[in-house]
Amino acid sequence: MKKYSGFSLFKNALSYHENWQNLWRSPKPKDDYDVIVVGGGGHGLATAYYLAKVHGITNVAVIEKGYLGGGNTARNTTIIRSNYLWDEAAQLYELSLKLWEGLSQELNYNVMFSQRGVLNLGHNLQDMRDIERRVNANRLNGIDGQVVTPERIKEIAPLINISKDCRYPILGASWQPRGGTARHDAVAWGYARGADALGVDLIQETEVTGIRRKNGAVVGVETTQGFIGARKVACVTAGNSGVVAAMAGLRLPVESRPLQALVSEPVKPCLDTVVMSNAVHGYISQSDKGDLVIGAGVDGYNGYGQRGSFHVIEHTLQAICELFPAFSRVRMNRQWGGVVDTCPDACPIISKTSVDGLYFNCGWGTGGFKATPGSGYVFADTVANDHPHPLAAAFNVDRFNTGALIDEHGAAGVAH
Amino acid sequence: MSQINRLNSKGRIDCDSPINFTYNGRQMQGVAGDTLASALLANGVNLVGRSFKYSRPRGIVGHGAEEPNAIMQIGSGAATVPNLKATQVELYEGLESASVNGWPSVNFDLMSITGWFGRMMPPGFYYKTFMYPAKLWMTYEHFIRKAAGLGSAPVQDDPDHYDKLNQHCDLLVVGAGPAGLVAAREAARAGARVIIADEQNEFGGSLLASTNSIDGQPATSWVDELVAELNGFSNVQTLPRSTVFGYYDHNFLGILQRRTDHLGISAASGSRQRLHRVRAKRVILATGAFERPLVFAHNDIPGVMQASSVSTYINRYAVAPGQRMVLFTTNDNAYQTAIDWHRTGRALVAVVDSRPAPNGQIVQEVKDLGILVIAGSAVIEAQGGKRVKRALIAPLNADGTEITGAVQKLVCDLIACSGGWSPAIHLSSHTGAKPVWDQAIIGFKPGKSVQQERSVGACGGTYSLADCIAEGASAGAEAAKLVGCGDGAVHFPMPQVEEYSEQPPQALFLVPHTKATSRAPSQFVDMQLDVSASGIELAVREGFKSVEHIKRYTAMGFGTDQGKLGNINGMAILANALGQSIEQTGTTIFRPSYSPTTFGAIAGADVAGLFDPERYTAVHRWHQQQGAEFEDVGQWKRPWYFPQSGESMQDAVNRECLAVRNSVGILDASTLGKIDIQGPDAAEFITRIYTNSYLKLAPGKCRYGVMLKEDGMIFDDGVCACLGDNHYLMFTTTGGAAGVLAWLELWQQTEWPDLRVYFTSVTDHWTTATITGPNARKVLAQVCDDIDLDQDAFQFMDWRDGTVAGVQARVFRISFTGELSYEINVPAQYGRYLWEALIAAGEEFDITPYGTETMHVLRAEKGFIIVGQDTDGSMTPADMNMDWVVGKNKSFSFIGKRSLQRSDSVRADRKQLVGLKTLDGTQVLPEGAQVVFDPQQAIPMSMQGHVTSSYYSANMGHSIALAVVKGGHSRLGQTVHCPLADGRTIAAEIVSSVFYDPKGERQNVQ
Amino acid sequence: MLLIHCPHCREDREEEEYSYSGEAHIVRPLEPEALSDEDWGDYLFFRKNPRGIHHEMWYHAVGCRRYFYATRNTLSYEILETYKVGEQPQVRAQGAVQ
Repeated sequence: MKKYSGFSLFKNALSYHENWQNLWRSPKPKDDYDVIVVGGGGHGLATAYYLAKVHGITNVAVIEKGYLGGGNTARNTTIIRSNYLWDEAAQLYELSLKLWEGLSQELNYNVMFSQRGVLNLGHNLQDMRDIERRVNANRLNGIDGQVVTPERIKEIAPLINISKDCRYPILGASWQPRGGTARHDAVAWGYARGADALGVDLIQETEVTGIRRKNGAVVGVETTQGFIGARKVACVTAGNSGVVAAMAGLRLPVESRPLQALVSEPVKPCLDTVVMSNAVHGYISQSDKGDLVIGAGVDGYNGYGQRGSFHVIEHTLQAICELFPAFSRVRMNRQWGGVVDTCPDACPIISKTSVDGLYFNCGWGTGGFKATPGSGYVFADTVANDHPHPLAAAFNVDRFNTGALIDEHGAAGVAH
Repeated sequence: MSQINRLNSKGRIDCDSPINFTYNGRQMQGVAGDTLASALLANGVNLVGRSFKYSRPRGIVGHGAEEPNAIMQIGSGAATVPNLKATQVELYEGLESASVNGWPSVNFDLMSITGWFGRMMPPGFYYKTFMYPAKLWMTYEHFIRKAAGLGSAPVQDDPDHYDKLNQHCDLLVVGAGPAGLVAAREAARAGARVIIADEQNEFGGSLLASTNSIDGQPATSWVDELVAELNGFSNVQTLPRSTVFGYYDHNFLGILQRRTDHLGISAASGSRQRLHRVRAKRVILATGAFERPLVFAHNDIPGVMQASSVSTYINRYAVAPGQRMVLFTTNDNAYQTAIDWHRTGRALVAVVDSRPAPNGQIVQEVKDLGILVIAGSAVIEAQGGKRVKRALIAPLNADGTEITGAVQKLVCDLIACSGGWSPAIHLSSHTGAKPVWDQAIIGFKPGKSVQQERSVGACGGTYSLADCIAEGASAGAEAAKLVGCGDGAVHFPMPQVEEYSEQPPQALFLVPHTKATSRAPSQFVDMQLDVSASGIELAVREGFKSVEHIKRYTAMGFGTDQGKLGNINGMAILANALGQSIEQTGTTIFRPSYSPTTFGAIAGADVAGLFDPERYTAVHRWHQQQGAEFEDVGQWKRPWYFPQSGESMQDAVNRECLAVRNSVGILDASTLGKIDIQGPDAAEFITRIYTNSYLKLAPGKCRYGVMLKEDGMIFDDGVCACLGDNHYLMFTTTGGAAGVLAWLELWQQTEWPDLRVYFTSVTDHWTTATITGPNARKVLAQVCDDIDLDQDAFQFMDWRDGTVAGVQARVFRISFTGELSYEINVPAQYGRYLWEALIAAGEEFDITPYGTETMHVLRAEKGFIIVGQDTDGSMTPADMNMDWVVGKNKSFSFIGKRSLQRSDSVRADRKQLVGLKTLDGTQVLPEGAQVVFDPQQAIPMSMQGHVTSSYYSANMGHSIALAVVKGGHSRLGQTVHCPLADGRTIAAEIVSSVFYDPKGERQNVQ
Repeated sequence: MLLIHCPHCREDREEEEYSYSGEAHIVRPLEPEALSDEDWGDYLFFRKNPRGIHHEMWYHAVGCRRYFYATRNTLSYEILETYKVGEQPQVRAQGAVQ
């Protein structure tokens, strides 16, 4: 792999960019792999990368039915933060955040991770109690964060409306300065390039149609290119996890829901940070291109259609106009949807299964992108050792039977 | 500057109505009927912007939604709008416009990055650099962001408002060009309810700029008649200036109607824009086609325009956008532009046709006019700085892939280009229909319909005017029949249309240059995002193969024009680089919006005060008059506390708390959810829902209950009263009322339909005034003489019917404060009257109104929980030390019971509700503080719980707190620590969660 | 935005009037206490979540307040039928067990 740098750019410009290398090969699948990763999104590619990089397992294939990073990696609003409430979630997301902080250098690919901070707004007294609780927990977990006043919020995001006269006034927020955004596609491409350089085969346009088992253990996958053998199969297929699980006769406690997002036309920089509000249901940041990137809440029904219902978009923009009345005259350029796999406790599943050699990493719901490096890291470890990584242990699928849920949305109840 | 490019011809404008406007501060004049683009061109302005990445000078190339370059900031101040396309802005008196890029000005741009520096910025360059040293990224990014964006968002609140209309129709016709107009007419005549919408200010589509004649008259006259006919139908709604921006599931479409934008920057009255939310039984898409640009070297220099746009400016706006034109075409259709230009009397240097031997009717006609046609050649490069000065042309081989002879220069200032047409398949694409490539028309056509729709005319790949009209008519009749109107036969006779028969066009997606694509001057594919042919080839060289990857790597099609011009060329260049067909390569998926749609219009009127309903109790005005501060609880506005002059919140709460414990207070508890439950199986049903049993609850009695979700976690709580045989009243939390009702209905309807029980929400029907405190009975006695209030006659957890202040009332002796309490319920219309009567009756006891904060303090003194504050969806009754509320011997396994026995639910070290008493009683723990056992440990600390409720208790004289602590019930007496953000660590003792009157004797006051 | 036929109101109404209530035909075990933690967890949380034909429950929350079932394609979002609680679907996924 030839290293990227300002100098390499200069050198290639001299030769009219005619000599750049492929970011990755396009190999024919081998007959047999040590590990097959099903799903070539960010999490799958990160899993393959860390399998090769950390565990020296390089006889790995990533099988992707479409193109690399074409699922939720390509469709999210790129928010990165680690200020989760419960220890288990916070520690996993914090590992991820720490990996983000060195990721461009680790991959020699600029993923444009930009730590411009994340505000989570509170609009009523219970929101503020929850924010206090979460920020206190974060602090004692070693995660940066503070509770900030409306006046401080106004300094951070000058166009925000902190008037007390609006329907749900802003009472305060949690502020995580280390949070931010990254260039979503670049994350997939960077991991793909890195994994490929370590020998991982990236096989695109190939759909897994079955999971072959023998004596309760996985032996490979059926694909549209034929059978490919594997000692271990690691499934990282987000919204399609239930479909893939069914191939192995398994059911998962996940439901696939549309999650919508939209961008405005590019406007001159006017919002330097990420602003999120659960109470009014909207979140917003501004990309380096100038687009306002806006995320909606999850649609009400199960759906694999990569689109949702328009009234959800309407409600989201009502929330955005509440928070930023000046944005009312800005225009929506494009809207789209992804398919998110949601768990009952809004936390992921990183788990072995009842089938030997078959592993699942799914259920990230709306929180998957920010977890990409950490998810890949602990999942690779879990697969390599056939034993949960310490930070993955709590995310075992058995928790739905024992009741040991990690209820990230349980903390958002409405008081009296 | 005068309108040097204005012609004497008529067009659709009114030259006698001048309109003054400014562009970048310069005063200019246009005329009524102009767009900003036509007015600028009339004034000789073509350079209107700088490109996003390389800051190259850019001019107007199109005349509608496809325009990539002429992006304007319109207006100033609060009403300014960024990023409008000059081609779509109708001129009005006083319009202010400014180009969005270029510093210090669009004519002299210091940011301009051309030649060598530009070459350092191929697609994806930022992924390859700015990485070292890592800490400098934020600095790099600071400069990257400086260059971001087109126009500027307003910084003040939007002065306009927006509204919505929900519409239902038999047929929605999208596009009022020839096909759409006749479709609407046929369907309307058959009796269908029709809406026809078009993005432009007037109907007619391409015919507005057409020189065709229809039935022997100018096409525009035919349009005028047809529009008049449509307006005559009472079952037709015509919507000009209305963009159908999105096509959603189940034939739901969004239309943005610009009601006042053509009159001024802000609406003088009424709504500025209206969102029509249309549910159509059938849809006819007649959205036309976009002319495909030609990709040659420096094809972005101002003065390179779309041929059809040049014709439009001449024919519709009486503007000739240059002096000396070269027409570059691959097809017969664009020869019309040569004829139109010829009519202006300005110089037409040559028609350059890539086809070896064009010989169609119109070609011959152009030749007959004495116009030079150079066949088998192409414009391979435009030259000039801020305006085209020359076109370099060269002969091509037959398939247009190589230059076969010497290059010659044509001096010109305008190069009109046509690479053929691409159907506007955006809306059909929104439905999920997969576009199909049709080599015959060299374009993607709409795929198989997945909704109740049909594409007609040019958007379906039909380009002959006569065919478009015929197709539109039959589609209109067919759509009407499908919704039960008419017989499906076309009624109106087909008009006679004069048009040329055309020879086949040539597919030419990238014009070769004498140098390789990588070394040739940039050949732009997507102007707005500076995507060039070499950029696409580079992406392929780097291993990107999917069209989606190319789009993402190069940003092609991501602009505010959504690649309406560039996409097809880009995909074809990609296909060629991959050595595969366009079919194999496929297309990206178009998403809504078809063209950008105002946030405010999508939000509609549901903003500011109407964002969410505010719910008030019947006593709300009184609270306001008393100067109450309010708290949002769900949608309700509840009094939070009642400050008297000079009082801080803590002062007020202390006073209110003491008043309740020492005399009497009054609380507006009307917001509590109330569900009336009736039916022979009501008791059985309620018993299945609550953790405890109601089977033996007698009329006149109340019981406190907790309900769980099936996962065993507390979900709501409240008192349930037996009103009579088979009749109960269930109180819920304020925020939980709607959820509880849905929950009851779910179980009754889906799981136990055999149980005869009925639910009615009566929350808003009743006002609840709670009087509480040792003097409560005395107050009530003054206004109630038909209830025996004696301690033994009307016991705790009883309720009575009676008359209070002359109003029929239900009085519940239940208590959330631990004091003697009566919750007096009267029909809401008497609420304020009752309230004031109680205030008057309580005067001698100094009855004190109190709000939710005091309510919280008083209940916390008693250790009563608030669901959602002390619980968080992960708490069982046992965790809350409320095992007593769980019926152990109920025959039916109530909702959630089984989950209480799961291995995690019976862990000894679950978080359990306890009281915390700070060692220093003046310190009030912050709610949300985390609890640790060892304050000395290093971070990350082992957190053992958190503070859920915490107050200063004036009654106790020290602070009190409720917390959930791991294994807390067996840790009474232990000391825990709360490390705070300000560096302090507060120590507290774990105590019982009941701080006040642990034996509950305060109820027994005589 | 979906257009949903309420089998009780017998009207096509906008999705905004309804709320989605998850997979249909999940029967509450008659004797929960007889179930293992695993079987109980299965009842609580594990769902079919098919890509394609799905039988699901909707609640006409701001209409008649009745729950009913719909057979809907989760990929195309086409609603193939709606029917009342207690009734069985007419349309089933290929290979689905009756």
